[in-house]
This record gives sequence, C-alpha cells and structure tokens, in this order.
Amino acid sequence: MSNVRPRNIFFNVDRVSLYIFLALCLIGWINIYAAVYDPEKANAFDLGTNYGKQLIFIITACLLGTFILLLDVKIFSTFSPLFYLVSLFLLMLVLVIGRNVGGNQAWIPIGSFRLQPSEFAKFSTCLVLAQYLSTSTIKNKSWKTTLQAGAIIGIPVVLILMQPDVGSALTFASLIFVLYREGLSGYFLIFGFLGIVLFILSLLLSKLILISGIVLLIGLILTQLRNRKQWIRPIILSTIGSILFIFSVDFTYNNILKPHHRNRIDVLLGKVEDLRGEGYNVNQSKIAIGSGRIFGKGFLQGTQTKYDFVPEQSTDFIFCTVGEEWGFIGSIVVVGLYLFLLLRIIFIAERQRSTFSRVYGYGVASILFCHFALNLGMTMGLVPVIGIPLPFISYGGSSLWGFTVLLFILLRLDANRMGII
Amino acid sequence: MNPFFARRYVIQGIFIAAAIIIIVRLFYLQVINDKYLLSANNNVLRRITIYPARGVILDRNNKILVQNEPVYDLMVIPREVKPFDTLEFCRLLEITKARFDKQFKKARNQSIYRASVFEKQLSARVFAAFQEKLYQFPGFYAQNRTVRYYPDSLAAQFLGYIGEVNDKIIEKSNGFYSKGDYIGISGVERSYEDLLRGQRGVQNLMVDAFSRPKGHFADGKYDTLAVSGEGLQSSLDLELQRLGEELMRNKIGSIVAIEPSSGEILAFVSSPSYDPNLMVGRQRGNNYMKLLNNPYKPMFIRPIQAEYPPGSIFKVINALVAQQFGLITNSTTYVCGGGYRYGNRVMGCTHVHGPMNLTQSIQYSCNTYYGYTFNKMIDHAGMKTVKAYQRWQEAVAQFGIGSKLNIDLPNERKGLLPTADYYTKRWGGETWSSGFNISLSIGQGELGITPLQMANVMAIVANRGYYYNPHLIKAIGTKKIIKPEYTKRNNVGIDRKYFDAVIEGMSRVVNQPGGTAVYSKIPDIEMCGKTGTVQNPHGADHSVFVAFAPRVNPKIAIAVVVENSGFGATWSAPIASLLVEKYLKDSISRPPAYKTRITQASLLPAVKQKLQPKPTGKVDSGKIKTTVKP
Repeated sequence: MSNVRPRNIFFNVDRVSLYIFLALCLIGWINIYAAVYDPEKANAFDLGTNYGKQLIFIITACLLGTFILLLDVKIFSTFSPLFYLVSLFLLMLVLVIGRNVGGNQAWIPIGSFRLQPSEFAKFSTCLVLAQYLSTSTIKNKSWKTTLQAGAIIGIPVVLILMQPDVGSALTFASLIFVLYREGLSGYFLIFGFLGIVLFILSLLLSKLILISGIVLLIGLILTQLRNRKQWIRPIILSTIGSILFIFSVDFTYNNILKPHHRNRIDVLLGKVEDLRGEGYNVNQSKIAIGSGRIFGKGFLQGTQTKYDFVPEQSTDFIFCTVGEEWGFIGSIVVVGLYLFLLLRIIFIAERQRSTFSRVYGYGVASILFCHFALNLGMTMGLVPVIGIPLPFISYGGSSLWGFTVLLFILLRLDANRMGII
Repeated sequence: MNPFFARRYVIQGIFIAAAIIIIVRLFYLQVINDKYLLSANNNVLRRITIYPARGVILDRNNKILVQNEPVYDLMVIPREVKPFDTLEFCRLLEITKARFDKQFKKARNQSIYRASVFEKQLSARVFAAFQEKLYQFPGFYAQNRTVRYYPDSLAAQFLGYIGEVNDKIIEKSNGFYSKGDYIGISGVERSYEDLLRGQRGVQNLMVDAFSRPKGHFADGKYDTLAVSGEGLQSSLDLELQRLGEELMRNKIGSIVAIEPSSGEILAFVSSPSYDPNLMVGRQRGNNYMKLLNNPYKPMFIRPIQAEYPPGSIFKVINALVAQQFGLITNSTTYVCGGGYRYGNRVMGCTHVHGPMNLTQSIQYSCNTYYGYTFNKMIDHAGMKTVKAYQRWQEAVAQFGIGSKLNIDLPNERKGLLPTADYYTKRWGGETWSSGFNISLSIGQGELGITPLQMANVMAIVANRGYYYNPHLIKAIGTKKIIKPEYTKRNNVGIDRKYFDAVIEGMSRVVNQPGGTAVYSKIPDIEMCGKTGTVQNPHGADHSVFVAFAPRVNPKIAIAVVVENSGFGATWSAPIASLLVEKYLKDSISRPPAYKTRITQASLLPAVKQKLQPKPTGKVDSGKIKTTVKP
C-alpha cells in the first residue's frame, strides 16, 4: 500500500477485464432467464427461480470483487499457504460431511446454499503456486522444483478425484501452462498432446495396427536421422514409452474410468450410437445449438432448452441457450469475449513486475481457458461430457464466486503492479 | 526480461487455436449442417390431428339412427412409466397380463420417448373405472375420439359401417386420408363419405421433452379447426324399420317400402340383419369374421343385391305394356282352359279360369291370359319378332328393370332383362318367336329383379306412370339439401288411363273375398297388391308380395320377399299388410296373434354345404333357377 492510495485502487483496475466480466455475467443471467423461462410465471426477480437466485449471486459476486479490491495486496502472497491449507481442509471435509449431488460428493450444505470447495481450491492453489514459483524457479534439469510444483497441484487433484469430480480435477491439469511459462520443458506439452492422441487412437484402432504403425513411423524417422546420433536414444525411449502407454490405456480405460466416463468417450468417438442414453445430452445439445442457425431464434424463442430437451440447461449446458437463441453471431460474440479476456489476462500477467503476480495471472488464464474450452467443446460434441461450468455464465453461486475471486485477485494484484510485493 | 518471455506466444497461440476450433465447429453446426434444425423441429413440433365428429344420421322423424359416442385411446410414453400394480391395471382394463406385456413391448419398440397407442377404443364404461386410478399409472394418459353408436341397433345394411383406412386407400386418396382415419366402407357411410367425414383439423403443438404440450406453434397460425361432418336425414321411418326387422326375424329376405310421391325409402330391411354396434370397437375384427362366415350371409344387402325372377307380379307390367301398345284393352278377354298352348307345348295355369278380362287376369293371376298377351306383343305386333321384342324390352326397361335405380348405396345390382340380341344369339338367328321365351310373360325365365326394383314398380303403379329414383337420404346438412337427381320425375311411358283395370285387379287381390291375399286385408284401408310364389329348385318356394296403399292417393309402396317360405299370401302379404297399416295408421288393429304368428316363425332353411360363403362373399341367389306358380 506504499505508493497506491486506496482512492486510486478503482482507477487502477483494468477496465477491459472488468467490463468483460460484467458482460459475461449479464449474458449468463439473460440466458439462464431464457432457459427456465415460463410465460405463465415470468418474474425476473422471483427468488425461487434460477435466474432470481443468479441475480443474487451476481450482486454478491460484485460485492465480493469490490471487497477483494479493497484488501491489502500483501494478504494474497502472505496468506496463500493458509488459503491453500484451508482449501485442502475443506476438500477433506467435503468427503466426510459433503452432500452427494449427481454422484459427486462435492458440496457442503450451508443453509439453503451449497458450497463447492473445489472452486475455492482453484484460486488458492494458483496463489500458493505463485508464491512457490516466485521463490524458486523451474529450470530444465531442476526435477526437485518441478516435482514440488507438481505436488502443490497434485494434492488437491487427488482429493477432488476422491469425490470423484473428474471435471474439476481436469482443470488443475491446465496449470501445466503456468509451469511451461515458468520454464518447464516444452516436451511436457508435446508429450501431453501426443498422449491424448495416442489415448484416442488406441481406443479406436487395434493395438497391433497402432504399434506397428508407430514402429514403422519411428523406423522412417531413424533412417532420416542417421547422422544425428544424439537423437536416437530419446526417440527409441519415447517409442518404448508410447508402446507401454498404449498398453496402459486399456487398464486406465477399464479400471480407473467409471462406466459412464467410458460411455461418454465411446459416444464421442462414435464407437457407439446411443442417442437415448449416454449420447442423449450431447445430441440434444448439438440440436439446440445447431438449430439456432446464423441469427438465432431470438430471445425467449428457443424451444430445445426451454422445453427441457437439453439437460443441465442452466448450468453446464447453458451455452445451448446462447447457440439456440442468439445463433452463430451470438456464439461468436461469447467465444470472442472469452478469447479476448484470456488474452487480456496474459497481457496483464506479462506486465507484472513481480513473478508472483505473473504466475498467478497465468494460473487464472489457464483455469479459465480450461473451463472455456472443455465446456464449449462438450456442448458441441468435441470432447466427452465433463461436468464443468462455463465461467461467469453458468448458473451457480459457488462457481461464480470462485471465478470472481480468481479474477479479482488478479485485478487487485494488477492494480498494484507498480508496487513491490 | 524473463528468459521464457517468448513462451507467452505459444500459450496465446494455443488459446487462439482452441477458439478457432470452437468457431469452426459452431460454423459447421449452425451454418453448414441443417439437420439440427430439422431435429429440433422433430423434437418440439407435434402435428396433432383433430378428428371431426362424423355426421349424425336421423330418420325421417328426426330420430337418431346413428350418432357418435366418445371412446378413449389409452396412450403410453414408456419412458415415463414407473413401476405399478400390473394386475390391477389389467383388471381395470379388462385385459390379460399377456396382452399387457405384448402391448407394452410394442410401445417400447416404437419409442420410449414418444406416445404410442396402448389400447384402442376403450368404452366410456371401462375408461370411467380406469380414470379414477389413472394417477397410479404415470406415463399413461387417454386421448378421446368418437365412434359410431346405434341406439336402436337397426338398419345395419342400410347404414353400413366404417373402418380404419388401409394402405391402399391412403395411396389412392392422394394424401387425403392418413393412418388412423376412418372411412365409410359400406352402406350410407360409404356413399355419403364425402359429406359425413367432415374436415380434419390440425394443431401444431410444441411439446417439451416429456411430450407435455407447451402451446401452439407460431401462436396457432398454422392450426386449423376440425369441421364436423354434415348431418344426414334419411327417409327411413325408424318405427317402420323396427317393425320390419322384427317381422323378418329368423327369415331370409327383404322388405323395401317407398313413398311413391317422392321415391323416399321408408323401410329397408335385409334379413338376417345384425346389430350395427358389432362393427364398432375393439371386437370389430372378430365380429366381422363371424358375420362373414354366417351361412345366412347377413352382410349381403338383399334389397339391392338379391335378384329374383319376379314371378306373377311381373304380370302387372305386361298388362300395362300391352295396353300401351294398343294390343289389348281393359275389356280384352281370353279364355283360360288351364294353360296356354304354343306349338305342341303348354304353359300350365293353376286353374281352369274360363274367360278372363284384364282385371280378372290380375285378380286370379291367370298364366294363360299373359301367354296370349305376350304372344300378341311379340309375334303379332305388325313388325318383325326381333323388333317387337325390342320394343317390349324397352318398355319394360322403363320400369327400372334390368338397370340400376341409382339408389344412394354402393354395390346395387341391376338385375336381368335380356335384349333381343341375347335371344338371337342364343337361338342362332332371328327366327325365334314368343314361344321361345314365353315364360317372360309370367315373370319367369331370364329375369332378375331386386326387391328394390319390385317396390319401385309398385311406386310406379301407385303414381300411375312415373317414379322418383328411390333413395335413402332425403336431406343433407342443416340446409336440408336434396340431391337433384332424386327430384327428377321419371315417366315410364304408360298412359294414366291404362292403370285403372290393373289397380282394380290388385285391389281385388286383397279386398275381394276369394282374392289371393284377402287374409292380409287391412281394416279401413284399401291396399292394392299382388302375390307371387317363386318356385325354387333348391328349396321351398320364395314368398313374394308387392303392394301399395291406399288406393286413392297412395302413401306407401312395398315389396316383401321371404325366401323359402312358400306362398306369397302366407308370409309376405301379412308382413306387408302389417307394415302398411303401421305406417298409415301408426297402430295395428289386428289381434296380437296375427303378428306373433309371424315374429315367432323361423323360416331359415337348413344350412347346406352350398350355402357356405364363397371366398368372395358374393351370393348369386338371383340366378337360382325357378319356376313360377300363381
């Protein structure tokens, strides 16, 4: 607080991010209203309805954001280990006293609302990761640092997987971008990407074909690389690794994934056509989005979402309403807003003087990106159905507050970017 | 500057790439591929057909012959069904568990999301009991429709029946009919189908994922209302019909009664009949097969499809035609020596009547008289035989014989009246003469007349020379429109004066002691009639009686045929007399025993192998070889 007076805080807040935040909240509220709209009892402020509640959530989120902007900037770095430990405690607590909703024991009931600890684990993990990386640096060969950073991410992931909330756990994987930015070898990204490709291929093709294909490809590469002997060993190692990976896929697929995960993947890959069972959600979601055409059906004119063809229409599948009522144009606007926000956050992160703020900024960008890409991908049938919300738009207090805190801590840090933490 | 600063571009690149993939996918879903819009409409839009109420048919006194009764189709959406007490369910619906399993499986196979018919046409009674418990069976709901209901169970063959359209009809109708529609299959239901069916309405409903209606698409802009079918007023007299069917119980035959001044059919009995309510509802298929397999062929519409040689009643026509040709007069007398001799053969007469004038020839039904008369018309008409026969044939045809009377029922038969060519061909040249077909003189031989044509001949005599095409529907719709073809007067080409002697003879048949039908004399009413007893080589004679009454200003013309029942005077004439009295006086003055003798008589012939229905269901009783007695 040394060189920024409190009355300047709001002046220093990044306006662009703030407006996008408000715009997304508003878009969310409008579409939740449309999704559950019932002409017989249309009252925008009926607190018994989702849109009535969401209005409360938005107002409290704004208050929460304002509150965060008013906090001393040092709190975040100083207390980040505490936040992290509290989050871990809540994540353990939820396994004991949590309420099971839809197969996931992810909610702690507080009065009429339900708290989702994994939402709060997101920003606290980002904070503690930032704190950790601002004191150490990941170098190419510093396995210790990498492992420790990995552990910071890994502990909440394990706890969340015990709920088991695969979707939320997946979002933590996106923090690999943060590590990458801070010096993690790029091979992790490449191998991660190749791993996904191999996973899909090994589900689609028979092992024999896949392995002989890989061996053939590697053999071809090796003949071209005869002169560069230093490449030969890593390539052969990665070949063996990928073959082992292929065999592990079956095990993962059959023993670690739950039947409904397997079904969702099978549906996505087109291995089974099940428009009435597991494939129902995605098919209806695609129908809703696809039926919007270029200009959409217009506000409150959507039928697929309003008439309950799409399940989870105001939470995870809220984008269906956007697609159906606002069409391709409206969808592009929403996608554009997200992309703009993500790039803006990276821009903000890069302009920080402190490593802490920058790392945190990348953490925010990674988590938002993960939600954005997986949620939209899911509604359009690009990725398997993963129950994660669309930031700021999906209905739900925990997720809105979680994302608000995530974003506003960055805005608070950014408002103080010239200061030294 | 951070050494890994450049990596921001990699991460930004990944973000941008992901956004581009999403936009491309959106472009594909929302702009390129239009199957999703169709799917969305399939999801939401339900084209609901609103079935119009079929037109009601009344009798001539505005009593209801057929009306509509609500029935309920039980629908099921398998996905919404929750476990329930199936035994209770089956008990309420009066179905077996096996039936339940079968129907439920069928519905599931169709779709577990969409409603399909679980059980068709539950009666109001069954449904009332079921409805109270309906809440216990989620996933089931009822859809109401109407079916035909016949409060008096009368006039089955006249009214006909309706049935669900089949694929052939749908195809032929160019899309007018669609699956689930009903169409008139026989009787008035068929001939007035266009009017009775009304106009279907359509509702374009939007439904939610559970098929619950959520409102009209585009605020009902594309919806249409159902228009009820036109009501029809039939010419039938319900009470007369009821009495006719009662009198014909356990007999095979027909009654046709016509109002001569209009051609309106007052009674149209085809016996044996059946309860038209059998052709409605869930048991229809079974009932239909039973009726089809009944050896007495209740589905055969005898008044318009059974062809009989007319027998003695044909003498009336010959008497009129011969007078019109100027070949005999009312005072022409022939001496009956017990038969008519032609060549070296004799056409026998029942009695030796002695000298007979025209009136007496009718009164006593003298074959000899008509042998001479026919001989004169064919052989001594001052022209070639072929020409003379042709003239005779054309004159007889004027009475509506040998051609359809265009009654408003489907499948009317035209009967048989041979042309001159027929005989020329048959006898191998034009050298034939009246001796070759002398039996035509007394209504025998190559003649086939339906009961409707018989009754119409009586209408002609009653009108003294003209008739209106007999018809069953006297007025259409609320405006009481009558078809123009039924208001056209058909003159038969016989001068009015020639009827006197014939009518006098017919009156004596009933009213003069010694007349053949004097047993059927009606107190205070002068009925004019003619008996006929048609010999039938396959069994007992057919009893025929035709009449009209009263003699002055006739109100009813009637033909009664009772197959295999003997003399015309025994059964047919009393039946006709009861009906005529009922119609003219609205009560019957004769003692109850007179009626009960008839109603309690069973004159059904023993079922023989030949009576078994042929696969086509057609019957050719008109072609039964017969000889004629007076």
